[in-house]
Amino acid sequence: MASVAATLVESEESGSFVLAAAGQWLVTTAAELDRRLRAVHIPRDKQVTLDLAGIERLDTAGAWLLLRTEHELAAQGNVVEFRNLRANLAPIFDQVRAGGMVAPAPHPRPAHHTLTGFLERIGRISVGLIGRVLSLLSFFGVVCIVAGRVFLHPRRLRLTALVAQMEQTGVNAVPIVGLLSFLIGVVLAYQGADQLRRFGAEIYTVNLLGVGILRELGVLMAAIIIAGRSGSAFTAQIGTMRVNEEIDAMRTIGLDPVEVLVIPRLFGLMLTLPLLTLCANLLGILGGALMSWFALGITPPQFTRQLQSALYAWTFWIGLVKAPFFAFIIAQIGCYEGFQVARSAESVGRLTTLSVVEAIFFVIVADAAFSIVFSILKI
Amino acid sequence: MSSADLTKEPIIRVRGLVNRFGAETVHDGLDLDVRRGEVLGIVGGSGSGKSVLLRTVVGLNRPAEGEVEVFGRDVWAMSDPQRRELEKRWGVLFQDGALFSSLTVAQNIEVPIKEHFDLPLSLMDEISAVKVGMVGLPEDAGEKYPAQLSGGMRKRAGLARALALDPEVVFLDEPTAGLDPIAAGAFDELIRDLKTSLGLTVFMVTHDLDSLFAICDRVAVLVDKKVRVGTLEQLLNDNHPWIHSYFHGPRGRAAQHLEAAAGTEQSAPSAAPV
Repeated sequence: MASVAATLVESEESGSFVLAAAGQWLVTTAAELDRRLRAVHIPRDKQVTLDLAGIERLDTAGAWLLLRTEHELAAQGNVVEFRNLRANLAPIFDQVRAGGMVAPAPHPRPAHHTLTGFLERIGRISVGLIGRVLSLLSFFGVVCIVAGRVFLHPRRLRLTALVAQMEQTGVNAVPIVGLLSFLIGVVLAYQGADQLRRFGAEIYTVNLLGVGILRELGVLMAAIIIAGRSGSAFTAQIGTMRVNEEIDAMRTIGLDPVEVLVIPRLFGLMLTLPLLTLCANLLGILGGALMSWFALGITPPQFTRQLQSALYAWTFWIGLVKAPFFAFIIAQIGCYEGFQVARSAESVGRLTTLSVVEAIFFVIVADAAFSIVFSILKI
Repeated sequence: MSSADLTKEPIIRVRGLVNRFGAETVHDGLDLDVRRGEVLGIVGGSGSGKSVLLRTVVGLNRPAEGEVEVFGRDVWAMSDPQRRELEKRWGVLFQDGALFSSLTVAQNIEVPIKEHFDLPLSLMDEISAVKVGMVGLPEDAGEKYPAQLSGGMRKRAGLARALALDPEVVFLDEPTAGLDPIAAGAFDELIRDLKTSLGLTVFMVTHDLDSLFAICDRVAVLVDKKVRVGTLEQLLNDNHPWIHSYFHGPRGRAAQHLEAAAGTEQSAPSAAPV
């Protein structure tokens, strides 16, 4: 841009300095002008005149540069005056001057760059964690009280909402849960067969599949998919209602948000997750059976016979009994994080992510706890 | 800036604009000119397509038919470099400020500067501080995040970002909606001051009758899927039923009285040298 030119000429006439500014003092030329103004050195306690006669165009960036120069020179004890500013440029000049000398805002810096900052962060996170656990517990308490009330007065249970939740979290999740479990069954059979073949024990692939899927994988897969699919939806739905003040509106009308929003989601999920687990189990075994047939030549009759000998009645129930507990964890955390949303859209996104991570975390922790309990009970 | 003010060339030219959403036609053959240096207020009933018109002009909403020219170039038929040049010459204030929530106010103001110019960081910080002062925000507002500001402050911060590059046109979407009357009045005054000192052209969607009377040079009323443009006197005498009830309803009359009272002491700004 050759046409955009700004100049600054420094001269000295009889002991007083003159800075003659000319051309286009715009944001486009500001970088160059800034550099030149920084290079100007005027001794202290002098008479300085800023001659603006040559300025053709001026914007707020240019005006700021001139005013900043005046301010800095004056701070060094110089007497500064402007002259020959074109009348049509005066309003911009006055506007910037009227804004005052605002100090630039400091940039926010991440605090953990220093050792103390790092320690501070650890402290903050720990205290925050304790606070969160306490408030999660108190939410748990509230939900239990409300759930008890609903048990005592079953009329308070909102059947329509319950059925709608069961459809959304249960029926609509069947395809994805089924497909993924089927694929897990296929993968497990393939990998298991590959290893067991070395011992000539291919037939035990069936035992691996049966025990692995029925005891652990079926229910875990279903719970993790539902945590990602429905737990996040709970947080986002309730969070959006928080942002829109819908929850506050409910309270003023006399509706209990926990009863209206949490109970149908909680009961709905506790009823559907066992059913989804059943579906995951069936399709996982089916996938494994098909893979065993194609890869190992284990025919379906052989497969069922081996499966029957590998399992005892408890194997199936051990997997299934965990499902309502996992459902409780997912619904509880999903709804809790929804209520934590502040009145900004940004917090909906943050807490939705958090709710999925926490739900999966606690599901796996709970699964580990179940394993310990079952091994003590020797089942 | 000064000589152009006299010629009153159209800076925005909309011809035969048609906007449809599904089966519903919002604008049907709408024509509109915005002249350099004026404050044009866009009014209309709820759902009449005021914000849609603004979004169409700034290129966020592709019209079904029609031409939209800004600075003599079709907004929908320009190359990317042309588009970038255009972005340097306009600023948009969205309804709730639309500040980037992860950045401080100062950083928000720096975003357009950073995107379009290569300035030293210190100078950029200074310029953003100048804008903070210009829109009348307190000095410590620069380091705050949008969530820490009140609605009125967010609007001022949004205006500061819109003004970051000293644009020739600013688009304001309901700048005074949701503000208390004192803050709204102060915002009107701010826009009038900035218009006079920076030679801005202002395209303002508003519901606020007081703003219309206080700062608009001309008003465009969206009725029957088109606009009727005129000065306030012309529109006050318009016989269209909606326009008549808009300006002669109780609120319209109140705003007129208010302006009549203020007009006696404040007739100077329009005559000020720009």
